[in-house]
Amino acid sequence: MLYRETGQFKTSYAADQQIFPLRQDRIGVVATLLVAFIVVPLVANEYWLEAILIPFLVFSLAALGLNILTGYAGQLSLGTAAFMAVGAFGAYNFELRLEWMPILGSFALGGVCAAFVGILFGLPSLRIKGFYLAVATLAAQFFVVWALTHFNWFSNYSASGVITAQRIEIFGFYFLTGQSKYLLVLAIVTLLALAAKNMVRSETGRAWMAVRDFDVAAAVIGIPVMRTKLLAFAVSSFYCGVAGALYAYAYLGTVEPDGFNLDLSFRILFMIIIGGVGSILGSFLGAAFIVLFPILLNRFAEPFANAIGIDLPSGMSSNLELIIFGGLIIFFLAVEPLGLARLWQVAKEKLRLWPFPH
Amino acid sequence: MQFFFEVLIGGLLAGIMYSLVALGFVLIYKASGVFNFAQGAMVFFAALTVVGFMEQGAPLPLAIGLCLIVMILLGVATERIVLRPLVNQPQITLFMATIGLAFFVEGLAQGLWGAQVHALDIGIPDTPIESLMDKTGMLISQFDLIAALICAVLVTLLAVFFNKTRIGRALRAVADDHQAALAVGIPLKQIWAIVWAVAGFVALVAGLLWGARNGVQFALTFVALKALPVLILGGFESIAGAIVGGLIVGSSEKLAEVFLGPYVGGGIEGWFAYVVALLFLLVRPQGLFGEKIIERV
Repeated sequence: MLYRETGQFKTSYAADQQIFPLRQDRIGVVATLLVAFIVVPLVANEYWLEAILIPFLVFSLAALGLNILTGYAGQLSLGTAAFMAVGAFGAYNFELRLEWMPILGSFALGGVCAAFVGILFGLPSLRIKGFYLAVATLAAQFFVVWALTHFNWFSNYSASGVITAQRIEIFGFYFLTGQSKYLLVLAIVTLLALAAKNMVRSETGRAWMAVRDFDVAAAVIGIPVMRTKLLAFAVSSFYCGVAGALYAYAYLGTVEPDGFNLDLSFRILFMIIIGGVGSILGSFLGAAFIVLFPILLNRFAEPFANAIGIDLPSGMSSNLELIIFGGLIIFFLAVEPLGLARLWQVAKEKLRLWPFPH
Repeated sequence: MQFFFEVLIGGLLAGIMYSLVALGFVLIYKASGVFNFAQGAMVFFAALTVVGFMEQGAPLPLAIGLCLIVMILLGVATERIVLRPLVNQPQITLFMATIGLAFFVEGLAQGLWGAQVHALDIGIPDTPIESLMDKTGMLISQFDLIAALICAVLVTLLAVFFNKTRIGRALRAVADDHQAALAVGIPLKQIWAIVWAVAGFVALVAGLLWGARNGVQFALTFVALKALPVLILGGFESIAGAIVGGLIVGSSEKLAEVFLGPYVGGGIEGWFAYVVALLFLLVRPQGLFGEKIIERV
């Protein structure tokens, strides 16, 4: 009744090609953004902003990056955390060594560094695919962390490679409170997400999907497979790199190379599997799930266990987390390979047809 | 020069341990085309289960027997719950499913038996062999030699099992062509359950040896990651490849660590094998003993 395209006529190509063709979708997106930009900073307390919303946004961005590579271009990567590390340490060094460099410029250049590393480790994708490629990205994961730990230049000769991010300053304004950091991260993530949304429905994104679905056929219709794959690696790593810089600057403040370990890579891979492979919205849903779930589990597992009379040993909730994540991955892959985003899509389809079942 | 040989032999023996883990991968890959990322978690689970039973008071052979039953159950359950719903999915989906399985098994193992480091004593002393040390001056652990021996026995057993028994032939038929195997009446589901159970057995052996060497701890799961370059070097379908790949990886990373490491700051053992594997992929993507697949990428 409410959610239906009836009566919305497109009279120009521009209207037909806009990102959200349905008026209700546009209203929904604008409303979400308004809530995120205005209501949330006013309502949420420091804990929510610093410990939940900022990591959620940062991980969404990283998941978005991985989704571009794995979901759209079909190249599995297990080295996401390494690209994030390159972004974080890149931004740190630009900020440290170039006096005049604005912080946003450092973030972007950190992303560019990550993009170059991504291209480097994406080169094997030209000859190999599937889990052979996964091993290549695994090499990136181990090599980058090792290099950042062992070459002290990257961390300005600090002990064991720990870096402390400089304060974020733009035009004399310092981003110190959770509120201001949240708004900065939100602005960056919104911009990059819109860019990604546009990218995947442009020629570039269609080329990625063609290569993903059948590379030989893509080559036959004239898509340069090599360039397309490497571009996917570059763009994906750029997103991951910016996410890594934000992870260091806006979320943790102090990071070490070992923090960007394989576990983080897997976590981000889980985000896109649960959220939805090949979906921008899915990256956000998956990140929200993976960030919120352990918190909820910690909060409610023990009272629940006590209520039904089981005594949970300490440390059990982290094991439960592993078990439930693992189980969910298998469940989603088997039952709903397109993840939470697909459920949302199904709900919208139903709404459009309502009150008719078909 | 003697130091070189000592490092080389140490590396080769460490490589045998890698081979043992890689063997589990190869078995499953051969029969079902699934790259089982959870093999490392299974090694960890097996070792922890044995230790758990022993702490409950069971003697070692009984603990191993009970653990074997648990591993077989785990294998059968995996086939039923994970693989069957995912039949006909792309390989990469199955691979991701086994990552999920790995997390599940790790959580289960720690949830059941606790997360602290356990010592596992299987009665083989980890001391250098004295007669060898007297004659040549080389330090070679008795434990490593026995591990190598066990590995050799295991490979022989598997070779006999695969080539001479009825089930083994069925397994090879399934590996060759699923549909053709089905057409001649080989029960695919049973075969897969058997393969996963056998892989569980191999994981048990690997878990016992690794656990006795390094203590039973979470780090055991990372052994699986080391098995990946072993497989790339040796080829995914070849048991011999797993052995040779393991030896190459073990010796090359030890040699690199000792002779190359000092120039770049040490710690290169962690990634050297991957880079070797990566370079190898560019030259010979199917590995040393793998089946050549002609495919344009």
